[in-house]
Amino acid sequence: MKIHEYQGKEIFRKFGLPTPRGIACFSVDEAVEAAKKLGGAVWVVKAQIHAGGRGKGGGVKLAKSLDEVRDLSKKILGMNLVTHQTGAQGQKVRRLLIEEGADIAKELYIGMVVDRGTQRVVLMASSEGGMDIEAVAAQTPEKIHKVFVDPASGLKDEEARGVAKKIGIPDSALPEAAELLQNLYKCFWEMDASLAEINPLVLTRSNKVVALDSKLNFDDNALFRHPDVVAMRDLDEEDPLEIEASKHELNYISLDGQIGCMVNGAGLAMATMDTIKLFGGSPANFLDVGGGATAERVTAAFKIMLSNPKVKAILVNIFGGIMKCDTIAAGVVAAAREVKLAVPLVVRMKGTNEDLGKKILKESGLPIISADNMADAGKKVVAAIKKKKSKPVKKKKPVKRKKK
Amino acid sequence: MSILIGKNTRVVTQGITGKTGMFHTQTSRAYAGGKQAFVAGVNPKKAGENFEGIPIFGSVAEAKQKTGVNTSVIYVPPPFAAAAIWEAVEADLDLVICITEGIPVRDMVEVRDRMRKRKSRTLLVGPNCPGVITPGVIKIGIMPGHIHKKGRVGVVSRSGTLTYEAVGQLTELGIGQSSAVGIGGDPVNGLKHVDVMKLFNEDPETDAVIMIGEIGGSDEEDAARWVKANMKKPVVGFIAGVTAPPGKRMGHAGAIISGGKGTAQEKLAVMESCGIKVTKNPAEMGRLLKSVLKK
Repeated sequence: MKIHEYQGKEIFRKFGLPTPRGIACFSVDEAVEAAKKLGGAVWVVKAQIHAGGRGKGGGVKLAKSLDEVRDLSKKILGMNLVTHQTGAQGQKVRRLLIEEGADIAKELYIGMVVDRGTQRVVLMASSEGGMDIEAVAAQTPEKIHKVFVDPASGLKDEEARGVAKKIGIPDSALPEAAELLQNLYKCFWEMDASLAEINPLVLTRSNKVVALDSKLNFDDNALFRHPDVVAMRDLDEEDPLEIEASKHELNYISLDGQIGCMVNGAGLAMATMDTIKLFGGSPANFLDVGGGATAERVTAAFKIMLSNPKVKAILVNIFGGIMKCDTIAAGVVAAAREVKLAVPLVVRMKGTNEDLGKKILKESGLPIISADNMADAGKKVVAAIKKKKSKPVKKKKPVKRKKK
Repeated sequence: MSILIGKNTRVVTQGITGKTGMFHTQTSRAYAGGKQAFVAGVNPKKAGENFEGIPIFGSVAEAKQKTGVNTSVIYVPPPFAAAAIWEAVEADLDLVICITEGIPVRDMVEVRDRMRKRKSRTLLVGPNCPGVITPGVIKIGIMPGHIHKKGRVGVVSRSGTLTYEAVGQLTELGIGQSSAVGIGGDPVNGLKHVDVMKLFNEDPETDAVIMIGEIGGSDEEDAARWVKANMKKPVVGFIAGVTAPPGKRMGHAGAIISGGKGTAQEKLAVMESCGIKVTKNPAEMGRLLKSVLKK
């Protein structure tokens, strides 16, 4: 789960990390009031969206008067901010953070993630702050310093100091920089973060370290321990289809293609998407119906897939294990009827009660295209789109077809 | 022979009284030698009771002492699953298979660290995995037993249904499996591809291995490099997620391309350069394996 910068800074403050003073705002008037309240002569108007790259996209501006705060807030609030992380469609700005200006001498980078290889939290630090850290890692890997933290002891004082020194913190600021790093680790660990990033961490001219930015992502599996974090969730930042899917315990991700796919299991779902691509099509989504799919859940899955206007055909790929093929087949038939399916539907079923499942599909009278294996399914669904002739589903009761 | 589990495996089920634990204990017990293998369950609140004749104990240590179990399978809910793993490690079992999906990463980091510091000999498979099966002998986990066939091909994978897909293809071609191991889709887990590969390499009853991976991390690359240097048997592979966009978690917590690392293309390239035959068509996994078997 992701949160906004201003929410991340609230959490940082609880863990004793120094941050600039700032106030979150939802309107232009609130923004001007916030600037007055903060005082001073320079403010930063910052768009609050979950994606990174806000500065480059024009979502972070410096204001030198209250009038400028008003003008910039007007401009940024409601704008469609496009960054390298939002995709071409961008993200609408609905919240602002008004912050006091900082007196920056140097910009640094600090990040933490769980390293899969060592199975520890890794602290990454660089003197090259404010930049795209992936570019730094690619071009000048020697400028990124890492510490793999022992979970039993946490980030040790000497480790924190050592890293701080390597990224150019002057001796006089080392104690507080080390403390900041240790507090960030505590924050990461205790809050079950999956990513913590401060880019930039700044050194001021008076040799203070301040977290000028914050990026915190959380481990979804651990949210049950953090109702305070769950309360920070901003549904406006998430794909409405993904939100709807999560209500039905479906794992759904929107993609750009034309073929909706419904599969059981994450690995098989990815492999199905790959198969579609292999035969010249493109998947419209990732959708894992999970192990315990019911007719109700399959119907919900169909509705979600079809509410994407780009979907021109649907591919269902089920490997029945614990989940029986006949259960899924009944669900598919019910769903196709309920949503009055008007795009071609290819179904591939394998495993437990496969024959029963196929029989249900056949006897439904629906124009369902049956496939024998994944490759066959991929070919058929791509061909179905090319034909472009999709027959609407009959609304009447099922017509029994001749049995062999 | 086979790897990890066989006819001498005796299993304690942690979380035997939950809905999932009950169901899969029934199906596992009904498979091949399951009746002899599943001999104990654990639930501190129900110690002294039994589940369909399987005695329930208060702890793994007690179950071990009374029944001689050497392996545990875990169906405990996510908030308590890491503690359940640790309990099995403390009881010094040979193997722990954790099926539970949704364990917080921090809990896994902690328990793996403790296992390393203890220099524990207990092997962990999972979490978030389908389990391990040695066809015709024993099944521990949630995979459908009937699609398997006893034979000499090893299967290792991070994904459940995609493993079934590969196994189903092999069985259809008349090729049996020595053992099929699901190592799970979480970023912090127990045995990795390379560890399972080593076991298959040493198993006299495995002739070839099919390795199935997915986007995220570098486990497949590590295994591929090990294969190039050490493996005496042919290996074929498939990686799911060629079409997965970066930064999006594809179902499994571990299936995410981050920082430009862990793409399917990169993994396939490394595997090929290490002499592993790969396919981009998941419907071809079985036939690809068949092509490397000695006639």
